[in-house]
Amino acid sequence: MSDFVKSIDRALADPVLSSSLTRFSEAYRTGRARAFEGIDFEAVRTQIAERKSHAARNLDVLAERFTQQAQAAGAKVTRVSTPVDACQYVLAVANQSGARSIVKSKSMASEEIHLNATLEKAGIEVAETDLGEWIIQLAHERPSHMVLPAIHKTRGQVASLFSRQTNEELTDDIPGLVAVARRELRSRFLSADIGITGANIAVAETGSIVLLTNEGNARLVTTLPRTHIAIVGLEKLVERFDDIQPILTALPRSATGQLITSYVSIITGAAENTDGTPKDLHIVLLDNRRTEMAADPVFSEALQCIRCGSCLNVCPIFRLVGGHVFGKVYTGGIGAILTAWFDALEESRDIQSLCVQCGTCKDFCPANIDIPALIREVRDRVTHRDGLPFLQRAAYAVVNNRRLFHAALRAASIAQKPVAGGGFIRHLPFALTSMTEGRSLPAIASRPFRDDFPEIPQPECTETAIFYAGCLIDFVYPETGASVVKVLNHAGVRVVFPMEQTCCGAPARYGGSPEAAADAAKANIDALSAQSADYVVSACPTCTAALKIDFPELMDKFGTPDQQQSARIIAEKTRDFSSLVQQLASQGRLKFKQDSPGAGVTAYHDSCHLKRTLGVVNQPRELLSAAGYEISEMAESDTCCGMGGAYSIKMPAVARAVLDRKLTNIKATGAPELSTDCPGCVLQIRGGCDAAGIDVGVRHTADRIADRIAD
Amino acid sequence: MRYPPYRVITEGFIRQATAAGAEIHLVDGSAGLVDRVTSLLGDAGAGSASNEFAVCAAASVEGIGPLAGLLAAVPGVRFDVTRETASHAAVGITSADWGVAQTGTLVCDSTAATQRLASTLPLIHIALLPSGRIVPDMAAALSHLDPQKARFIAAITGPSRTADIERVLTIGVHGPKRLVILIVQDGNAGDPRP
Ligand code: SF4
Repeated sequence: MSDFVKSIDRALADPVLSSSLTRFSEAYRTGRARAFEGIDFEAVRTQIAERKSHAARNLDVLAERFTQQAQAAGAKVTRVSTPVDACQYVLAVANQSGARSIVKSKSMASEEIHLNATLEKAGIEVAETDLGEWIIQLAHERPSHMVLPAIHKTRGQVASLFSRQTNEELTDDIPGLVAVARRELRSRFLSADIGITGANIAVAETGSIVLLTNEGNARLVTTLPRTHIAIVGLEKLVERFDDIQPILTALPRSATGQLITSYVSIITGAAENTDGTPKDLHIVLLDNRRTEMAADPVFSEALQCIRCGSCLNVCPIFRLVGGHVFGKVYTGGIGAILTAWFDALEESRDIQSLCVQCGTCKDFCPANIDIPALIREVRDRVTHRDGLPFLQRAAYAVVNNRRLFHAALRAASIAQKPVAGGGFIRHLPFALTSMTEGRSLPAIASRPFRDDFPEIPQPECTETAIFYAGCLIDFVYPETGASVVKVLNHAGVRVVFPMEQTCCGAPARYGGSPEAAADAAKANIDALSAQSADYVVSACPTCTAALKIDFPELMDKFGTPDQQQSARIIAEKTRDFSSLVQQLASQGRLKFKQDSPGAGVTAYHDSCHLKRTLGVVNQPRELLSAAGYEISEMAESDTCCGMGGAYSIKMPAVARAVLDRKLTNIKATGAPELSTDCPGCVLQIRGGCDAAGIDVGVRHTADRIADRIAD
Repeated sequence: MRYPPYRVITEGFIRQATAAGAEIHLVDGSAGLVDRVTSLLGDAGAGSASNEFAVCAAASVEGIGPLAGLLAAVPGVRFDVTRETASHAAVGITSADWGVAQTGTLVCDSTAATQRLASTLPLIHIALLPSGRIVPDMAAALSHLDPQKARFIAAITGPSRTADIERVLTIGVHGPKRLVILIVQDGNAGDPRP
């Protein structure tokens, strides 16, 4: 087992970590929502993205202007390119002034350059003064969260750390422990020679740096020692003093659900020292590949980040495994991206694979960064550099040869056991083996939907839909395919099923092989373009997203102009089952059974791709209600079920933990049934319920609707 | 931009500052100010013994005038703000330049080190905010300050806080445990306007 997998298993088994992170992630969402009441989040984040991307495009100009302005106000500004250079500069300043002791307030940039280690090696005492950072320093650990560094520590653990430090017998009373920190660190503040901070914002127009804290430590760090060194990543630059505003609005609200932090300090050049001399202020502008990132057409977007930690707080994976499995300074979604640059691409190989691509973080990011897309890009570049593992490559080759792929699936359905256990089929794009414990897996259907379809007589209608089934419905849940056809026919839509359609390529796309995904897209574009139709309908949100969004993107990169054109036409016609049928129903084109008491109660699970990639939330609910179902809303209905395509194969233990939580939420609704629009979610959740002995019927919305069609 | 009526802004400031954990008192003119400071300092024990005192970094308050003479009569008030006095003082008194209604924030030009010493080191911080200086939002407050002159702008909202141990909110880590805001009316009553 690799160290990485071991660290994940350790984290999953740590009850303190996952329960405190989970409790936090729940409270976080409520607090954040309340803090943003009355604020137009979309407008604010558009503004931040616009101003920060403008800054990223003009880093050199802004750095130059910042330097001039800050120097005019009495600061010394230096721009360094590597972490080593940054450490050397700080060390030189310390040596020149004969400094023996340093106090620091929280700074990710100083963590990034491993400054403490350098200073301590030179015999200089360094005290972290942010309470969480101090705890971590005493424990000789790394912060596990960007905003809450010591969230993995209990009060008992803190009490024993502080007891050891003070040689006192301390109890685990939290206010008492905080008072000890105040007392212990106060003397350090008063005697320190240098104060070191980071900065949340650096303003080019005025040469100002802006610091946000709650404890007040940054105020002491910048006031009491005669020398102040601020380590500032170049991405902190904004052009104008006014650009502070949107960041000040969004950062505290996003980070901790506060309207504003207790303290915001705006420092412009050398303010007065307590002895009346001007402050010896040094500002170190840290590059560490940020200019290189800014020049990258894809990754420059990551420089918009304001380090709020939202993408950690809402991540269904992070709350289970915490930050330590990342083994790096920057953790969570953005951490997987920044590590690939600030450390090295290969350092991100393992941690990027933790991402299940559920898209939640993207909805919350106050800098409007498409974090999942950037992680996919890291994945693509990792596989581009290292090449795909042999089995994965073999699997994509098989999948992209439709005849071979479908023959393999048919063979598997006949000889299910030996093949499934034989180690090959599990590398096919969906999990068809029993390798994930905690989930029973369905058998491959004895007859795929493509064999059933020709036997369903098609009515003459004015409208025609191409049905794109996708692998799961075609080969595992053909009954859902039949439901789709039944409902569409009933609404007066004739269905055609091009036999040449094949895997949508999503496994390759999410697995880091855009080339293989493009090949799959081309095969499907050919198959679907051969028929004329009013709609292309899919009952799999992942396939729908592939047809609607990925195919045009992939063709822009890998296709001919003709293919680009065809991809666009297909994308325009593509509809997910529920939105199309809900629209038809609202036009009075469906007749449902009118029995009382109706169809009963069902909980509803939002599939990641349906909700966040396609933006479909209300339509399935309205459709189910129209068909006579009563929806019992479930907590975290839009949190990932852990399926994530091949994710549940690559990260079985994590996927299992995510699934467990989903099952708990399902049980809590008390509903006897659960509906969802994604066959992958059906597979994952039905299998989970079955293995756990939970008596809840899990079915696709299409099957539910088909049941309710009036005869 | 048109602001809502001044009274509404003031009420908003009081509501938000209170929600952030600050204590607010409206004081009327110099007599009201002296009374309130005297009772606050008395409660905090300042003046009771030679080592219990308050440091005052505010020289004067808009509409009231210089404080030295006024507060000289209050037991325990000192105007010599240094590292030593501030770190031993029970109370620090400073002026505040602007109040921000939206978040209950005080915005202060803290270029003078004495302002920072008095507002960071003691456990109790008393801020004197002229009643005419409350604005709707941070942008308005910052528009009145020139960062080239105000080298250290401090925005303060409620007392010092942390949630770093098990996310339990705890007040008074490195900074003050109590933030007391005295909104000082100039004594000529009426609806004050900036
Ligand atoms: S990527 Fe977005 S959500 Fe994540 S820390 Fe940065 S700003 Fe916050």
